[in-house]
Amino acid sequence: MIQFRNVSKRYGKKTILDNLTLDIKAGEFVILIGPSGCGKTTTLKTINRLIEPDSGEIIIDGKDITKVDPVKLRRTIGYVIQQIGLFPNMTVEQNIAVVPKLLNYSKEEIDAIVHRLLELVNMPYEENAKKYPSELSGGQQQRIGVLRALAASPPIVLMDEPFGALDPVTRDSLQEEVKKIQKKLGKTIVFVTHDMDEAIRLADTIVFMNDGKVLQVASPEEMLQNPADPIIKSFLGKHMNHENNAANLVASDFMRAKVLTVPKTKKTLECIELMSRRDVSSLIVVEEDDTYLGTVSVDKIRAQGKAGKEIKELVTVESMTVTRNSNAQEAFELLIASPTGYVVVLNDDNTVAGLITKTSMAKAMGEALWGEMTQ
Amino acid sequence: MADLFFLTIEHMVLVLIAIVISTAFGILLGIISYWTPYLDKIILWTVDSLQTIPSLALLSILMIFFGLGNVTLIVGLILYSLLPIVRNTYIGLTGVSPHLKDAAKGMGMSKLQRMFKVELPLSFPLIFSGIKIATVTALSIAVIGVLIGSGGLGYPIYRGIQTMNFSAIIKGTIPVVIMAVIFDFFMSKIEQKLVARGK
Repeated sequence: MIQFRNVSKRYGKKTILDNLTLDIKAGEFVILIGPSGCGKTTTLKTINRLIEPDSGEIIIDGKDITKVDPVKLRRTIGYVIQQIGLFPNMTVEQNIAVVPKLLNYSKEEIDAIVHRLLELVNMPYEENAKKYPSELSGGQQQRIGVLRALAASPPIVLMDEPFGALDPVTRDSLQEEVKKIQKKLGKTIVFVTHDMDEAIRLADTIVFMNDGKVLQVASPEEMLQNPADPIIKSFLGKHMNHENNAANLVASDFMRAKVLTVPKTKKTLECIELMSRRDVSSLIVVEEDDTYLGTVSVDKIRAQGKAGKEIKELVTVESMTVTRNSNAQEAFELLIASPTGYVVVLNDDNTVAGLITKTSMAKAMGEALWGEMTQ
Repeated sequence: MADLFFLTIEHMVLVLIAIVISTAFGILLGIISYWTPYLDKIILWTVDSLQTIPSLALLSILMIFFGLGNVTLIVGLILYSLLPIVRNTYIGLTGVSPHLKDAAKGMGMSKLQRMFKVELPLSFPLIFSGIKIATVTALSIAVIGVLIGSGGLGYPIYRGIQTMNFSAIIKGTIPVVIMAVIFDFFMSKIEQKLVARGK
């Protein structure tokens, strides 16, 4: 359990941490996130006293950390940095063994630790232990960076944007590994990132910071549902639509609302004229009271229609319809099956609400995935 | 000829003694400059100005304290060799990537542990190149030692000058040049290896 009590830090006139109070529960994966300069990295570095706050106190498991020798404190807290920071003058094995050696573990113990940890990330000891960091890929290097932090089994591990410099594929697999390791070993991980994807993927609790203050502490789910501040909302961006709406999207979310309807009393030639002007191949036909009747296609009018006749005899009623509150997936399946390439959406009173076409569907899905489209 | 061989060995030994001591002091001074921000300018300025004193003048001044002989020469060579070693140690230590220093500190290394496990090893290629420069320079400066009564290859050269014996001058000079070239060659090889490993 890590407790921040009214912690403040200033550099000159600039306030980095503003009376920060925060509890981090043991065994949790906690992510500090926020715009650059929000104080997240400073917060992290006060935990292992790389940065000393001006006021307030930080308590780990009931002990005020200013009462602990910083060098001893740091040996009980794992630390992973973005730039990896493996010592280039030491082999993989020596790098992992740094903290155990500082703590005077026996040679056998250290040996066992190195073997076990390398196994944990599927990097066989024989192949990797004697290599220098420069002989490893970036992803492998950061794996070793994580192992080095875990070597002396610290209950708390601090990670400062550890995967920020890795390519997306490597980052994905490392995120997965770290999450697995955290669950397996029951570590408290405090993790700084500016990447919301990463936060949602990894966190048990997300701490959103801005201007040295905590704006919201919540689980990813909770933050997505009720972001406490517009800044958080904008940070969540695409995730809001995606995470929130995908399951409860309804037919009306996918439809084009502006549709052309004609009364059933309209004459055939007028309809053809209308269709060619609007460049469509069919029209929605409604009763006098505006309730839905069916559709009429240009082919049908050409084949069977007589000039000057009303179109009501030519209306096809089998066209696919859904109500505006139908599940989006149902509408989607109908659309795929529809021979006409569209599905008519009806209001509860049977009037026409809109039309789902393949274009409107694609646009709506795009928005759900990537946020509001400009066009 | 046997005489010349003996003088060459003597010359080399004098220089090596000076370099060993100078390396120890130089690295120490480099570390102190790196650790104490306000002292660094003073130390670096001091070793800088030592280098600007003409070698003959420096040896003469030292003679007042240490008398005639090899000790004075060794002390002079030490002072001359300090600059490249102190400077390169200082540059090497300050040049260690801040991320590595951050990582070392964050993992719970004390100041001394950081120095000896991380910072010095990583600076060593640069420090070694300072030692190389110091060695090659000292080999040639040591020749002047003859004027304050120390041994080495200065003697045959000085005798050659006094007797206008050109071949004696050459005989004394060639071993100095060969030694300098050999030291430079092998130390450069080592230096390259160090740099490659540090990458």
